[in-house]
Amino acid sequence: MNFNMPSLLPAYPEIFLLIMVSVVLVVDLFLPQRLRYITYALSQLTLLGCALLTVDVAFLTAGRITPTFGNMFVADLMGHALKLGAYIAVATTLVYSRAYLADRGLWKGEFFALVLFALMGMMVMISANHFLTLYLGLELLSLSLYALVALNRDSALSTEAAMKYFVLGALASGLLLYGMSMIYGATATLDISQVAKAIASANPNKIVLTFGLVFLVSGMAFKLGVVPFHMWIPDVYHGAPTAMTLMIGSAPKLAAFAMAMRLLVNGLLDLAVDWQQMLVILSVLSMAVGNLAAIAQTNIKRMLAYSTISHMGFMLLGLLAGVVNGNLLNAVDAYSAAMFYVVVYVLTTLGSFGMVMLLSRAGFEAENLDDFKGLNARNPWYAFIMLLLMFSLAGVPPTVGFYAKLSVLQPLLAAEMTWLAVVAVLFSLIGAFYYLRIVKLMYFDEPTDNALIEPSMDMSVLISVNGLAVLALGVMPQSLMALCYISIKSL
Amino acid sequence: MNIEAVLFYLFAAVLLIAALRVITARNPVHAALYLVLAFFTAAAIWMLLRAEFLAIVLVLVYVGAVMVLFLFVVMMLDINLDRLREGFWSYLPLGATVGALMVIEMALVLGGRYFDTAHLPNPADPGAGYSNTKELGRILYTDYVYPFELAAVILLVAIVAAIALTLRRRKDSKRQNPAAQVAIKRADRVRLISMPSEKKEG
Repeated sequence: MNFNMPSLLPAYPEIFLLIMVSVVLVVDLFLPQRLRYITYALSQLTLLGCALLTVDVAFLTAGRITPTFGNMFVADLMGHALKLGAYIAVATTLVYSRAYLADRGLWKGEFFALVLFALMGMMVMISANHFLTLYLGLELLSLSLYALVALNRDSALSTEAAMKYFVLGALASGLLLYGMSMIYGATATLDISQVAKAIASANPNKIVLTFGLVFLVSGMAFKLGVVPFHMWIPDVYHGAPTAMTLMIGSAPKLAAFAMAMRLLVNGLLDLAVDWQQMLVILSVLSMAVGNLAAIAQTNIKRMLAYSTISHMGFMLLGLLAGVVNGNLLNAVDAYSAAMFYVVVYVLTTLGSFGMVMLLSRAGFEAENLDDFKGLNARNPWYAFIMLLLMFSLAGVPPTVGFYAKLSVLQPLLAAEMTWLAVVAVLFSLIGAFYYLRIVKLMYFDEPTDNALIEPSMDMSVLISVNGLAVLALGVMPQSLMALCYISIKSL
Repeated sequence: MNIEAVLFYLFAAVLLIAALRVITARNPVHAALYLVLAFFTAAAIWMLLRAEFLAIVLVLVYVGAVMVLFLFVVMMLDINLDRLREGFWSYLPLGATVGALMVIEMALVLGGRYFDTAHLPNPADPGAGYSNTKELGRILYTDYVYPFELAAVILLVAIVAAIALTLRRRKDSKRQNPAAQVAIKRADRVRLISMPSEKKEG
């Protein structure tokens, strides 16, 4: 009967964001189209405010694990780090999308509202410590993303993509919920830390738990987009306007990683033997299908979609190397390597889709591989940035993609899963082909399209920073690696 | 068999028949009405479980609001069910086999051994004057306030998305602006021109 008012402090960023989304929605109603940049500025300020508040909360809680709302919400270092990553990714997305959206009549207030709502869903997922909040965060994120894809409503391709995304997403949510209900049936609690305790202490029903786990992993695999739950990725990435593709392909991967950590590591670590086997299958299949199918693509958005699938498969290698014969020594290394991988992947994806938007202009989508032909002759600087990004995706030193792959392979070797590491390296080699093909097109082919590339100042600066960051982090990965290590260690 | 069990089997039978009729009825209006019956019976089963709030909500929201809207839509659209149904019988054997296999597999894994009533006894009788609705409301606005707010945000997103996806400023819209109509002056509508009168010829 007793109810204590929950402490609101750990949730300050979420509360601030909700207030600001409402403000953005209302203010935008009264703005004529030519003053739409006020909505844009307000959205960017919101992201800045959220970042400051997150840092503030991290300091006020001294980085300790701080639960609130009856343990449904948890603020910890991993959460803070991933949230900051998500703010940066969303802010970058907004900058890159500005000209692209304006050219296509999508520069509307709803875009900003939906993007911020999606961010809120990610933050809820990242901080979730309860099946219920995890699910609600996921739905908030997914619903906003479905609407974003469909926002380009006059395009049949986008509508089809939105429809596919929606139907398959609903199915995946159903799988996830079914798994959660099974685990609830076995442990009689929805609280993730209580689930872990119930599995460790009592003797819950193993069959029901494993049964629930299968559905849980399937639902999660869909959200990560790994084989065999990847069917939606190429169509959605291709059909959605590139700005929305960037939104779907970047920050939500951080949230999906957080979901995997919360569910599998925080909640079901004692079932690691079972879920590691499932992840091995998902991971190998994803690397195979992703890398082989990407070779056949002529559309760069589809190619990057298949590359996403293979990269998520590679990231899973980090998650599955954590527990060796019930021994947790390897865990922090493995999980922080996975986190590093996913952060690096998001950074590189932002740049590569940003480049697709940079080459697009009103009435023209630079979405075919041939549109990159002779980019060096047209603009050597952007060609160099794209080269860095492609090298990073392929894992060529000294870019950060190489270091990310290396750091995932190390715990894998330490876990004595050598065959898996060999498979991963082989598929990465196959994958290098289609990334390097773009480099070849840019440097050794004659341009077919000689239109001037003249992006706005902010986009030009940011994409250069983005490309150089890939190089700089590759030379000095220690600080980001240390951040990931501390975040995971605090769990 | 006590009266509760008799009622349960009665409602369960009605529910199953109604649900089957929803998918087999030829007339979409009939199907919708059978769905209403299914919801009603499901509400009665909730009532047997002493979940009177859920029962009332099911009737109020689904029967009262959702199904009425649904009937409207069904009546407004001319849906030719026979065309939707094409190939139903040719797909049935495969679909039924797959469905039956899945049911059997899941029943094997989760059979009565784990979820039978012995493991999940009835909750103790809370006594007279216990209000299910009040308890739900109390817990919803205290312990579960965070998920509750999140659900509200999801509904807000649904509103924003629905408006963004369907609102069109039609150019041929004949929308009136009453304020402008009232504020109109004679001068805006009637223009008096002075023209020189023409001379009659011949």
